[in-house]
Formats: sequence, C-alpha cells, structure tokens
Amino acid sequence: MPSNIEVVDEPADHGFLDVRDLKVHFPTEDGLVKAVDGVTFTVEQGKTLAIVGESGSGKSVTMQAVMGLHRGTRARMTGEVWLDGVELLGASDSVVRKKRGADMAMIFQDPLSALHPYYSIGNQIGEAYLVHNKASRKQARARTIEMLDRVGIPNAKRRVDQYPHEFSGGMRQRAMIAMALINNPKLLIADEPTTALDVTVQAQILELMKDLQRDFQAAIVMITHDLGVVADIADDMMVMYGGKGVETGTSSEVFFQASHPYTWGLLNSMPRLDRVRAQRLDPIPGTPPSLINLPSGCSFHPRCAFVEKVGHDGRCKNELPELYPVSAAHEARCFLVDQNQLEALRNQTVEEPA
Amino acid sequence: MSDHAPVTPSTPKTSSAPLLEVENLQKHFKQYSQTLIKRAAPPVKAVDGISFALEAGQTLGLVGESGCGKSTAGRTMLRLIEPTGGAIRFNGEDVTKFGTSQLRRMRREMQMVFQDPIGSLNPRHPVGSIIGAPFRIQGVKPPKGVRSEVQSIMERVGLNPEHYNRYPHEFSGGQRQRIGIARAIALQPQLIVCDEPVSALDVSIQAQVVNLLEDLQEEYKIAYVFIAHDLSVVRHISDRVAVMYLGKMMELTDRDVLYATPMHPYTQALMSAVPVPDPDRAEARERIMLSGDLPSPNDPPPGCVFHTRCPKYREQLSDNQREECRTTIPLLEEKQPGHFAACHFAEVRVDSAVTVAAPVAPVAEPQAGGAAGPAEGSGPSLTKS
Amino acid sequence: MFFYTIRRLIGAIMMLVVMSIAVFLLFYASPTDPARLTCGKNCTPQGIAQNRAYLGLNEPLQVQYGHFMKGLFADRKFPDNPKLQKEHPELITKCDAPCLGYSPLQNSTVWAYLKPRLPITLGLTLGAFVMWIFGGVLLGILAALRRGKFVDRLLVSLALIFYSFPTFFISLLLLQTVVFKWGWLQTPGYVSPSAGIGDYLYNMFLPCLTLALVYAAAYIRLTRTYMLETMGEDYLRTARAKGLGNRSIIFKHTLRAALTPILTIAGLDLGALLAGAPITETVFNYPGLGQAAVQSAVTFDLPSTVVIVLLSATFVIVANLIVDLLYAVVDPRVRY
Repeated sequence: MPSNIEVVDEPADHGFLDVRDLKVHFPTEDGLVKAVDGVTFTVEQGKTLAIVGESGSGKSVTMQAVMGLHRGTRARMTGEVWLDGVELLGASDSVVRKKRGADMAMIFQDPLSALHPYYSIGNQIGEAYLVHNKASRKQARARTIEMLDRVGIPNAKRRVDQYPHEFSGGMRQRAMIAMALINNPKLLIADEPTTALDVTVQAQILELMKDLQRDFQAAIVMITHDLGVVADIADDMMVMYGGKGVETGTSSEVFFQASHPYTWGLLNSMPRLDRVRAQRLDPIPGTPPSLINLPSGCSFHPRCAFVEKVGHDGRCKNELPELYPVSAAHEARCFLVDQNQLEALRNQTVEEPA
Repeated sequence: MSDHAPVTPSTPKTSSAPLLEVENLQKHFKQYSQTLIKRAAPPVKAVDGISFALEAGQTLGLVGESGCGKSTAGRTMLRLIEPTGGAIRFNGEDVTKFGTSQLRRMRREMQMVFQDPIGSLNPRHPVGSIIGAPFRIQGVKPPKGVRSEVQSIMERVGLNPEHYNRYPHEFSGGQRQRIGIARAIALQPQLIVCDEPVSALDVSIQAQVVNLLEDLQEEYKIAYVFIAHDLSVVRHISDRVAVMYLGKMMELTDRDVLYATPMHPYTQALMSAVPVPDPDRAEARERIMLSGDLPSPNDPPPGCVFHTRCPKYREQLSDNQREECRTTIPLLEEKQPGHFAACHFAEVRVDSAVTVAAPVAPVAEPQAGGAAGPAEGSGPSLTKS
Repeated sequence: MFFYTIRRLIGAIMMLVVMSIAVFLLFYASPTDPARLTCGKNCTPQGIAQNRAYLGLNEPLQVQYGHFMKGLFADRKFPDNPKLQKEHPELITKCDAPCLGYSPLQNSTVWAYLKPRLPITLGLTLGAFVMWIFGGVLLGILAALRRGKFVDRLLVSLALIFYSFPTFFISLLLLQTVVFKWGWLQTPGYVSPSAGIGDYLYNMFLPCLTLALVYAAAYIRLTRTYMLETMGEDYLRTARAKGLGNRSIIFKHTLRAALTPILTIAGLDLGALLAGAPITETVFNYPGLGQAAVQSAVTFDLPSTVVIVLLSATFVIVANLIVDLLYAVVDPRVRY
C-alpha cells in the first residue's frame, strides 16, 4: 500500500523506516546552512521510495543523517528517525554503528571513489561481512564470492581478488551493491547509484536492483535527480526543494497529478524522448535558493509563476506552506492545494491549445 | 585490419561546400607495452574514421557512451589534438594542412565550450578578462572597446554586466557555463564544438542553457557540434545525429529519422535504455539489454566492434551471418536515402515499441503543467516535420 | 611487477653512472689543482709535476674515470703508474676493492678515511628516522583526529616552532637542559657498538633525538594534512557506512592511503640524511660522514669530496628506488 506521510498521531505506530521532521543544520563561517529543514516520510519493506531534487535540495544529507554518517561532525540534527521500531537519532554511537552495514546499507554515486583503491574487492566486501558476523576469513570470502555471483559479476572466484581499478564502472557498482547486501539489510539507501554510469549500464543496474528487491524484500530509498529513473523503479516519491519535501505520493500520482509548481517545472524543463520533440524547453527561471538565506514563506516563491494566482497579499511570500493533502496518498506543499485552485488550473491548462 | 575510408556521407545536394566537412577523421594514440623494454604496441584507435558534413547554422549531435571517442573527435576537429589521419574541411579549406598562423586565424571561426565550467575557467582571472581574452589573443578591436563589447556579450548570455570584475568562483554552475559560452561567442564564430555543455548542470538550469544555445544559434547563425551522452538533450537540439561506439560511427542521419526509425542495433539498444519519466510507459516498454561491458579500446573486437554485445548478433543471426560480423568491418553505408548505418544487417526493428517511435498515447491524466506543457495530445510524428 | 622492478633497477644504475660521470667531470675540471694543494708551502714547479704524476693527473680525464670505476671491482695501487711504482716501491699504498681512490691530504685511501665514519652516520640517521616516523606520524594522526581542538593547535604550533629552530640550537638546547641542567643523561660521546650495545644506544639517544625533533615537526604537519585529506574521501564514507569501528577506519582505511605520499618524502629524507648530518655531528662531536664532508670540502680534498658526493647521491637514488618499489606494493594501481 502506498506509504508516505504518516498523518496518524499515534507515536507507537511507526512505519518501517519512519523519518519525522528531520532537520540537519551545519554551522559554518557564513552562517547556519539549513541543509535539511523538516523532512517527514516513511518507507515500508519491499517498497521503493525515490527522493528527487536538484543539487543542494538536501536529498543526500537526509539519507546520510538516517545512516548516522553526520555523527561526529558539527551537524545539528533534530527530529526522529525510526528504523524497524528503534529510534536512531537519539541512540548511542555503538547502537547505530551496529545497524550500519547490517540493518541498513548504502551505495553511492561514484563507485570508483567509493571503493578503497588499495584493497581488493574481496577484502572490502568481506570486511563488511566480518564486522557484523562471527565468521572466519574463509567463510567471509565464500560469502563474498556468492554475493558477487548474485549481482551478476562473471568469474566471481577470480575477480574477488582484483582491485577496484581493474573493474569497469558497471561492475564496480555491482560490487558496491554486493557489499551493501551481504548482510541482508532491511533498508538499502542508493545515492544516485546510476548517475555516473552509461545509459545501457544504468539499465542493467536498475534491472538488478529491482530483481534483488524481489529477493531480499528490503526497503529501498533511491536518491536521484533523474525523473526517468524514478518512473522506472519507485513505488513512491518525494520531491525535495530547499531542504524540505514539497510533494510526496505514489509515483503515478505525482507523475500524473503533479500538484506542486516545482514538480511541474521539473517535468517540463527536461527534454523527453517519450514525447513529441518540443520546439522549446521550458526551464524554471532563476537559480536554486541559498540554504543560508532561504527565501521567506514558500522557498520556491521567487521562481514560481503562480504567486499571483495564490494572492491573499502575497501569502506565498509571508506564510510557510504546510503539506496539504491532494488525495489519500498524495500531498503537496503549496497554497494552490490549500485554496482548492488546483483543479481549475488543470482544466485551464487542458483547454489551452497546445 | 582494414582502415580504408568509407564513403563520405555528405548529404548536401547544394552546390556550395558545407561549413564543416569531416572525412575519415582518425586519432590514434600511441601505446607502449610494459615489459622490460618499451615497445610500440598497436595504437588505441580513439577515433577511427568518422565522416560527416555540417551546414552553417545547423547542429550535429554526437552521441555515445563514455569511451566512444566523441570528446576526442570534437577536440580533433578543432585541432586541439592533432589528427592522425583524414581531412577536416572548413569552408572548403583543409584545416589539417594549416600552419600556425592560419590555425590562429581559423580559431576565430571555431570555438569550444567545455563540460566542466569550473575547470575550464582560470580562477585567477575576472570574468571580464576571461570573456575578453579572444579579443586580445586575436588582436580584434571592437569599435566601442573591449569592455563595452564584453559587457554586451555578458548581457546577451544572461549574465549581469556589472559582474565584469567578479571571479569564476563567485558564480553558480549554470552561470559559469554562461561565461564559457560568452567566451566562445565573443568573436561570433561560425562553429562551436560543445563538449557535454549541460551534463554537469541541474535539470532546470540545463533547460536554460539549452535554450540560450538555441537562441544564439538563431541570432548569429552558428553551427554546433553538440557532443553529449544524453539522448534526450541531443534529440532536442540537433538537426542531424551521429552515434559513436568504440571510435567508430555507427549511425548518422537526420534527427527525426534516427529517433523514429533507428537502424543500427546499438542505436536501438541505446534508445531503449533511456528511462522515461512516465511510470506506465516504463512498465510497458521492453528494454533491449546489452550484455556485458564496453570492450577495452586498447583491444577492440575484430570485425564489427559491436558484435560482442550486439543483441541482434546474439539472438537473430545465423551462423554464417555471425561469421560476417566477426570478420568484416561494416562500413558506414547509406541504407536509405540520407540514412547511414555501419551494420551488415541494419534494419528498422518491427517491434520498435522500444524506441520513441512508439506512438505516444495522449496521457490519460493531463499534465498539470501550469502555463506550460505543449506535449499533450499531439500525436507522434515519425517523419520529418 | 617483475618487469617493473627490473626496469626501475636498470634505471637506477644508469642514473648512478651518469651521476658519477657528472661529478667526476665537475670536480676534476675545477680550477683548483690537487697537485698544487698537496705540494705544501715551499712548492716548486718540479714538486707539482711530481705530485701530478704521482696522483695520475696527467692521464686524460676518461682514463682517470676508467681507473676509478675499475677500482670499484678490482684492487688498485697508488701511485697508479707502473713506472713510479717500480721507482719508488716504498711509496706504494695498497687499495683493496672496492677502491674509491686515494686522498693525498689524508695520506690514506678514501675508503680507509670514510669507513669508520659510516656506522656512526648510519646509526644516527636510522635511529632518528625510526623516532621521527613513529613520533611524527602518531602525533600527526592525533592532530588530525582532534582537528581544531586544543591538542591539534598545540601540536601544530609546537611543530612550527621546532621546524623553525636551527638544528644546532635544538642540540644545544637539549644538551643544556637534559644533560647539564636536569642531569637526566650523561654527556653523550660516541661509543662503538662493539664496546657494548647498551652503551652505544645510550650515547646515540640524544643526537638521534635532536635530528628526530626537526624532522618529526615536518612529519606531524604532513601526516595531519594527508590524514585530513584522506578523511574527506568517498571511500571513508563507505567504510563508515559498513559499520566499521574507529580503529579499523583510522588505521586500515585512512592511514594506509595517507602514508603513501609520506613514504615518498620519508625515503628521500632518509637518503639525504644518510650522507651525514654535519651540524648534529659537530655539536655532539660524532665523527660521521657529515663532518668528513665539511672537512674535505674546506680543505679541497677532492678525491674524498667526490666519493662523499657520490655516496650521498647513491643513498638518495637507492632510497628512491626502494620507495618506488614499496609504492607498488602499497598501491595496486602502480603495479604493471
């Protein structure tokens, strides 16, 4: 079932991964960087949530906070992160460390820089197994070969002793996935896993991830900027802008009933192979906001074409919009939803001659 | 190994020469074997015989995956890298035979925009001096002075002319790319080679830059060689598209023809692999999966370089036909008028539902695209518009 | 890897040969005439000519070089001239292989002059090397881990202070405090290891510490910088995402990568230092290679100077070779 925003006020009732009002702020010399500023979402086991946004939207920082990777830095974090009924943000370092790599695992954008250049693939993957299991090196190695085989690396027995630079980009990402899945994690976080790959290799990796999810029944959080990838793999999606989720819902709801001007902008600004070639692209004007001086009210309002339509003495500029329900499984952070203007706008668009 | 030139697929039927005509361009990098004594090994054929023609004011898209040689090809065309063989005719003159002074004059007419707007701008120079550099180097004196000329160019590409004295790091990624573009158009060249100019940019910024490039082309009649790996962007901006794989040109034809009826199995696979932002179609369509990885360019497969990954070779060909793929290098031949492909068995796939040729059923729910969204409801156009 | 090693080895040998030719040319083509120098105050032209013949300086340069190289593998006799040897058998000095030439100023073969100095310099340098590598790297790690905190600032400032002090000042400071004021140690003086290894080490400690302090200061900063750089790498994020403990992250993943550039510098430093640490040797009065270098230079003892320069070049080249080979062991990307 669609699993997004939890509207229930029942603290004991947690989604499998349940992030509530997460904020991650970094004090810097220039001021407080509000990288993540109140993000809420849930993911159930066996489901895939895609977090979509441009650089600086806070999508990676959010998931690194879930993994506890900001611990020991200056980051200030508030909110709640529940994984399988355990709150992680307030937990001790050792509790989180034991979950990292075992219950939750992460793969990264550039598998070449994410793998240590000096250790063999087998060493690095086996290490992930040995930290969380009482096993001999031999057992770890056998398990590593089994995993490499599972993610489609041919000749796993031989390649286990090779080094990252001897692997191709696609094979490296497969090895990263093998490393992440070696302890059967219940949550897999994939941070732009195919962005650095060629499109034909990307297709292979996405197929592999879908296939593995059927086997492992993990919850997957996919961070990406590519709406094509979202459509391919995600059950649910959350669009982020300026450190906040601005639209969440099932993928088909968000794609076909997009309800936030920023989502519209994203969908319209990309050239699409599945449509007749547009004469002209329709970019979102302006640039993404500074995370130190976020615009007042709705942080998208300086780039938004609908500020006038919302009206009410510049409500967009003065008031912070909440997430308003569009349908049962769909919410958007826009006053157009709150003021029931969405349908009218949609109809108007349809009547407009293309 | 046969390195003979394929026929030049020059489309123009006009009498005058095209702006840029590249014929059998080659760039081979020397290689040495690493044993006791250095010995010359077979060279890496980064670009191995590509040919095309480009008319003034038109755009040729050069697509391919990493390692296919598209960037090397772009640089070789401008002689930023010396070609190993072949001819580059610019306005009818063979650029490969130019001496230093001719080359310098030629650079006025041929410019380049790079992918990485940070790496390609000198961090120690203010943008005014970066954009004005071509004037100094070429000794061009604009009537109203360099400064005012640079400021009007800055304005033209959407930069604030008051930022004349700022440094590159004070600009965002998109703005830096505008600086790179401003520098390239400063002398109003006839040709700009754009090497992945938008791939480092966010989607919304990418659209701004693509639009800018289109506007500038319209205004100054600049021809582009647009090098990119993103098939959707290439389709949007190009008039003609060339697909490259392992240094060779696989297919070359008009944009609409290529995207509607690709003939080369590689192009077909490439297009089917592009994810489309539409969950229903993503589910419905079938992907042509390529097996394995890109072979090493140091040691390309014999015969057709693509045969090791070719789905057609794997699934549809007879043993005799496969033999041909393994032994004979397919030449870039005109399979249909104006449609070139380098494949012995090139044909339009019957089930080309995998490509964009699939009719776009009007999306059930209208896109709430606000003021925008011109795509709704219009049928597919398989032929050239 | 095998070919890589062989190739590097051949390269190093070629480098040494070129080096030796260059040094030979430079020194023997120099305007100072060794024959004149060895001739003394009341020198006559005949005296000079005699010395010239005795030293073999009448031979063309390439023949002299040939003799020198041959001497590395075969015994020589000085004067290297059959006629003179027959005329003055009482003057003959035997020089066993490897023969590095004869120094008329020292009135002995160069090897006899330098040989007893080698273990002193070797002990001093290696002792200091071990101290500064362990001290510098460990403190550098500490500084990196406590970045921006008090410990870090303290270490970085101390490093800067020690680095900017001249060596002689540090040695005098140590002597003044540790030996004279606090009396923790006795005044060190060189003791041969054959006279008791304990005594030898005891006396080596302070000179080694002096050298180590100077170098450790640099290595604290180097290690700190490279550690911090490595900590920002993506693969460390991966290591943490795996759930590894701190020790494994710091020593297995960070330090190994950070040590690679330090290794290069350490090799060159060690190589250069093996040719002698003149100031430290002088302050503590340890008759090592450094002292000999200074002495032979100021007295225009050309045969000794040539050998010392060649020795130090050899040390650096060999150290560099070892570093290159180690590099290939540490970093799999370098292997061929």
